[in-house]
Amino acid sequence: MTAGILAYGGYIPKARLQRAEIAKAHTWFNPGLRGLGKGERSMSNWDEDSVTMAVEASRDCLAELDRNAVTGLYMASTTYPFVDRQNSGIVAEALNLGRSIQAVDLSSSQRAGTSALMLALQAASSGPVLVVASEKRRTKAASPLEFTCGDGAAALLVGEGEVIAKYLGGATESVDFVDHFRGEGESFDYTWEERWVRDESYMKIVPGVVEAALQKSAVSADSITTFCFPAAMPRVAGMLAKKMGINDSAVADNLQANCGETGTAHSLVMLVHALEQASPGDKILAVGFGQGCDVLLFEATNAITSMKTRLGIGGHLARRREETNYNRFVGFNELLIMERGIRAEVDKNTGLTTLFRNRAMTQGFIGGKCNECGTAQFPKSNICVAPDCAAIDSQEDEPFSDKSAKLNSYTADGLTYTPAPPNYFGMVQFDEGGRLMSDFTDVDPNVELVVGMPMRMVFRVKDYDKRRGFRRYFWKATPADVAV
Amino acid sequence: MASGIRDKVAILGMGCAKFGERWDRNADDLIVEAYSEALADAGIETKQIDAAWFGTAIEEQHVGKSGVPLATALRLPYIPVTRVENYCASGTEAFRGAVYAVASGAADIALAVGVEKLKDTGYGGLPQRGRGSVNDLYWANASAPGSFAQLAAAYSAKHSVNAGDLKRAMAHISVKSHDNGSRNPKAHLQNKINEEKVLNAPMIADPLGLYDCCGVSDGSACAIVTTPDIARGLGKKDLITVKALQLAVSNGTEAQHNSWDGSYFMTTRKAAERAYKEADIAKPRDQISLFEVHDCFSITELVTMEDLFISPEGGAIKDVMDGFYDADGKVPCQIDGGLKCFGHPIGASGLRMIYEMYLQMNGRAGERQREQDPVFGLTHNLGGFPHQNVSSVTIVGREGA
Repeated sequence: MTAGILAYGGYIPKARLQRAEIAKAHTWFNPGLRGLGKGERSMSNWDEDSVTMAVEASRDCLAELDRNAVTGLYMASTTYPFVDRQNSGIVAEALNLGRSIQAVDLSSSQRAGTSALMLALQAASSGPVLVVASEKRRTKAASPLEFTCGDGAAALLVGEGEVIAKYLGGATESVDFVDHFRGEGESFDYTWEERWVRDESYMKIVPGVVEAALQKSAVSADSITTFCFPAAMPRVAGMLAKKMGINDSAVADNLQANCGETGTAHSLVMLVHALEQASPGDKILAVGFGQGCDVLLFEATNAITSMKTRLGIGGHLARRREETNYNRFVGFNELLIMERGIRAEVDKNTGLTTLFRNRAMTQGFIGGKCNECGTAQFPKSNICVAPDCAAIDSQEDEPFSDKSAKLNSYTADGLTYTPAPPNYFGMVQFDEGGRLMSDFTDVDPNVELVVGMPMRMVFRVKDYDKRRGFRRYFWKATPADVAV
Repeated sequence: MASGIRDKVAILGMGCAKFGERWDRNADDLIVEAYSEALADAGIETKQIDAAWFGTAIEEQHVGKSGVPLATALRLPYIPVTRVENYCASGTEAFRGAVYAVASGAADIALAVGVEKLKDTGYGGLPQRGRGSVNDLYWANASAPGSFAQLAAAYSAKHSVNAGDLKRAMAHISVKSHDNGSRNPKAHLQNKINEEKVLNAPMIADPLGLYDCCGVSDGSACAIVTTPDIARGLGKKDLITVKALQLAVSNGTEAQHNSWDGSYFMTTRKAAERAYKEADIAKPRDQISLFEVHDCFSITELVTMEDLFISPEGGAIKDVMDGFYDADGKVPCQIDGGLKCFGHPIGASGLRMIYEMYLQMNGRAGERQREQDPVFGLTHNLGGFPHQNVSSVTIVGREGA
C-alpha cells in the first residue's frame, strides 16, 4: 500500500501584528530595522501556546474523520509549554484520541517538524499517525526575529490507503551547523550573521539532500511543481531552486509577507498551504532545515480533489484582524515589566489530583448525556439536571468540543484580572442541549456581540500559574464566524 | 405547607455600625459598635442571650473561621455561637438562625450579627479569590459586575429593550439611591449624583458603569430577637414581628439546563412566592410598604422588582422611570440608600436592610422617615451569580398585620 498524506489542517492565530508598528517602536535604537517594517506577522493571543495551536490545527485536519482510527500523535515544537510533561499527551486528550494512542514529543531543532513527518511516514503501515507541528517563539524586542517570526501550527494525517498525496521518497542529513541556538533555561534565540548562514549552510547543505531525495524517487528537479523552503530570508529559496534546477515558478511563497516564519512548524505550514492549492499529479518538495536537512517529496493524487475542504493555512490567513498596537504584543509576551495590579496576584495553583480526576471535563470537554431523558449537560454529574428527570448515574460521556452553540448573554468585564482586558464572557448554549458560563476569546472589539449569535469552542490556556511554572487549559467560546 | 414563622418572633433590638471605609477599625470593633446599639435598644444584658448566629462571607479577609470571633468580641458567656455563610445572604442567614431558634423554643432570646471588612484588600471592588479547586478549573473568569451584567444582555434580548432605555432606567435607580443615601448619616456614600454622571461614568462591565455598582464597604449590623410574649414582658409595645423567611438556592438548572433564559432570577421568584404565602400577603404591590432589595448592581434591582412580582415582567423600566420606587413614590425601594449607598459589607447587609425596616416602623428613620406608616417591609438578598445563586426574602411587619 502507498504511504502518504490522508488529510491536512492548519492554524494561524487571527491577530496580525503590523510590522510597521514594531519598526516604529525600535528604529530610534536600530535604524536598520526599518527595512523589516513591512507586511504583518501572526500573533497568538495571550491564551495560546504551541499546545493550543496544535489542537486547533489537528481539529482542522481531523474534521469529519474517525478519531478512533488514529494510532499515533507525533508533535513537533521547540516552544513546548512543558519540559517534563508530555505535551502531545495534552493535545491527544483535548482531541479525545483515546489512551491507546502513541504520543511522542519531538523537539530541539527547526527541523523537528519534517523529522516527525518522516518518522510518521515510516510508521504509516501500522495505522494513521497524526503529525502536528506548532510554534510560538518568544523573541527579544528590537530583534529581527521579532519581525520575521510568526505563530502557527500545521497538522497532517499520515497513513496508507486513499492518500491525497503520495510519499515518493525523501532524504535526510545531520550536520551540527549552529546558526542559532537557545540554551537550557533561555527564552530567546542567540543568532549568528545571516550571510554566513545563507552561504555556508542553506546553499551548501540543502542541494545535496534534495538531490538524494530526487534520485531515490526518480524525479527530475524540473518536474517539481512546488518547492517549500521555510527560511524567512528573502530570495534564498529562489537561489537554491536555481542552483538545483527547480523552476523558479515552483518556488513557494514563504508567507513572510502575511504570516511570518512559524519555526519548526513552518515546513509543514508551507506544505499544507501547497496541498491546499495542489492538483492531481503535482509534485511538492518539502524541506526542513536545522542542524542538517530533511527533504520529503509528495505527489498529489486524484483524491485531493474530493477531500472535504479544510480551513487550512489559506483559510486561516484570510481570517485576520489587524493588530496595530505593538504594546499589546509586548504585554502578551512579557517583554516589559507591567503593573498588572493586585488582582493579578491571585494564586492559580492547580491540585494535580483534582486535575487528573477532572481531566476529561477540562481537557477533553466531555460532558454527560442522560440515557433516560436524553438531556445533554455540562459538566457530567451524578444526577441529571433536567428538572423533571432526576435520574441517578444515568449519564454517558458526551463530547462537547465540536457542538455548535449560541450566545445567550455576555459582557466585557473590565474589573476581573486578565492579561487582555476586558474579559469577554457569557452564557453559551449548545444547540443539542447543555450550556456553559464560558470565557470568550478572540473577540474582535469592533464586532458587536449579539444574543443568539453562533459560537464555537476552542481549547485555550485558562490560567497561568507563574509561581510554579504550570498552566491549566480549558475550552472557551469564540464567535463562530471569525474562527472555523 | 408548614405553618411558617408569621408573628412567632419579634425584634427586640437592632443596631448598625456606620458603613464605609473604616480604615481605623477592625471587624470586632465594628461588631461591638453595632451590638452596643442593639443591646441598649433591646434593654437587656449580654447574659440574657441564649444563642448567637454570626454571618460573614469572606472571613479570610478579616476574622477567620468559626463562631469564636463573635464570642470573643462580645465576651458571650459560653453560649452556642454558629457561624454562617451563604454568599450575600449571610446576614439574613444569621437572622434566620436566630429567629428559628426562638420560634422552636430552643432559645428565649437570640442574637444575629453580621460583619464584613472588605477594605483591607488594597484595591476597589470585591476581593478576587479562588472559588473551589474544581470550579477553578472551568468557571469563567468573572467579576461580580461581569456576572450581573449578563442579566442586562439577556433582559434586553428577551424584552426587546433598547440599550439606551435600559441604561437610563438603571441610571434612575442609582440616582434615587444616592438621593436616599444623602439623608442617611450611617451610609457609606452620602453624595447626590445625577443621570448624566451615571451615564458618563467609566465602564466596569458592559453595560454596568461605575455608578451601576454598589459600594464595597466595612460594616456590621445586629438583631436581637425573642418571642412576642417575652418582648412585651420586657416592656416593648407596637411589636415588629417576622412574617416570612424564605430562601431559594440554585440547583444547577440555570447554569446547566436551557430552560432558563438568563433574564431573571429563578430563585427570587420561588422565594418570593413562598414568602408571600407565609406572610399571608395576596397583593404584594399594594400591601408591601417598603423594599430593601439586593441592589448590588442597578440591573439587579430592576430585574428583582419583577421577580418579587411588584412590576409586571418586562415592566420594571416603566415603574422605575415613573418614580414608583422613589422615596416619595408609591413603594420606596432602598429608602436608606441601599447597597448602592448605605454600602455592602456582605455579612452585614441582610441585617442592615431589616434594621432600616425596624427604624422606619418605629418612626426612628430621621430625615428619611417615610410619612405613611409602614406595615410590611420586604428585604431581599441575592448572592452569587445570576446563573447560580442564593436568594433570600424576608418580610417583617407590625404584629398582627
